[in-house]
Amino acid sequence: MARDPLHVEVVAADRQVWSGEAINVIARTVDGDIGILPGHEPVMAVLTPCAVEVVTSDGRSETIAVDGGFISVAHGRVSILSPVATLGHEVGLEEAHKEAAALSTKAYQGQADDKELHRLRILKAQIRAGEAAANQVVG
Amino acid sequence: MASSLRELRQRRKSVSTTKKITRAMELIAASRIVKAQQAARAAAPYTRELDHAMTALAFANDEIDHPLLRHVPNPKRSALLVITSDRGLAGAYSSNAIKAGEQLRAKLMAEGQEVDLYVTGQKGVGYYDFRNIPIVQSWTGFSDAPTFERAREIGRALSTSFLKPTEEGGVDQVHTVGTRFVSMVTQLPLPRRLLPVEVVDSDDMPLEDSEAPADQSAPIYSFEPDPHTVLDALFPMFVSNRVFFALQMSAASELASRQRAMKSATDNAQTLIEQLTRQANQARQAEITQEITEIVGGASALAESAGNE
Repeated sequence: MARDPLHVEVVAADRQVWSGEAINVIARTVDGDIGILPGHEPVMAVLTPCAVEVVTSDGRSETIAVDGGFISVAHGRVSILSPVATLGHEVGLEEAHKEAAALSTKAYQGQADDKELHRLRILKAQIRAGEAAANQVVG
Repeated sequence: MASSLRELRQRRKSVSTTKKITRAMELIAASRIVKAQQAARAAAPYTRELDHAMTALAFANDEIDHPLLRHVPNPKRSALLVITSDRGLAGAYSSNAIKAGEQLRAKLMAEGQEVDLYVTGQKGVGYYDFRNIPIVQSWTGFSDAPTFERAREIGRALSTSFLKPTEEGGVDQVHTVGTRFVSMVTQLPLPRRLLPVEVVDSDDMPLEDSEAPADQSAPIYSFEPDPHTVLDALFPMFVSNRVFFALQMSAASELASRQRAMKSATDNAQTLIEQLTRQANQARQAEITQEITEIVGGASALAESAGNE
């Protein structure tokens, strides 16, 4: 059954990060992962900081790190809103790794506050997105 | 006479230096407006989607009880965010915003409310400091190029105060006074109520894209995990977005005001230069005429004395 592809928009507070046609969108909500295929019922869900994966119509995949926000699906349109969103290939992997390593040591010792834990989660999402983008370039 | 000629030339020189400065400021402001407008346009999809979601949520559950939508019948306390510029030389931009802010403050106080002031921009801070009017919190240093991070900070401060119970010093309403960018020549101070939210108000949001699906009726969303949590997540995003939007509009207005003020300053300087040049020329000519008269007079005196011999 071929349905029209989804029209996806990923929007950050200060810019539109990505938009295009997609056949699958995977994001992590507060209740767990959610996959959106064409024809999905209207839904609005709260996201946690995660790497959103979008499989485009031509089979490529685009990974975008988001800092929370929410996803809304209706009439074949998917909007992902997040205060901050970063495309995979925009991520500075090296710096992200460094900062994440420093923060996880801190978190491991139980010294990180909420803000730092939150930052760590964003960094992890960014690293995932960045690595996915890097792998795609190689593959 | 010679001294006045020198003075005139000196003045002309100093005015033309001033003109160079104002001209440069005009050009800088003009180029930044374009950037400010681009930034505002780039942020528009977010605003649009957020409004869309808000409307969907509000219509999905009429019985939803969330502080964001809760109207207090007798508000005791309001927060007022006044957005001004950091630097002067922008015409009446800051004073117009402050004036509108003061009007709103007076109105709220007349209704028997206490008003907590929040101010952005050095000009506003200076105004209230000088009059010894306490400011709860102020932010400066970004009036002509606001970033979302700053808006988030301000939004956080405002919503924290809004969510606090009134007895503990929380506010029942949040108002903002920004400046609306109508066009390059018109900017109007724009007082708005930010919280609690008036649901049906999306018609006056500018930059509304026409591609928004008008034919589709609002879909019946299912909410995950539940509407209340979604609204909880939406709340800070909404507040910071509205603050960001107001900051961006105000930044564009500030730049436009500055450009206009500097343009008229440049024009005035040009008129002054022309005037001074004319006066200097006259003075110079008068000096020459006088010299000639003196020589001619001297020569004829000599000739006369030679004839008499």
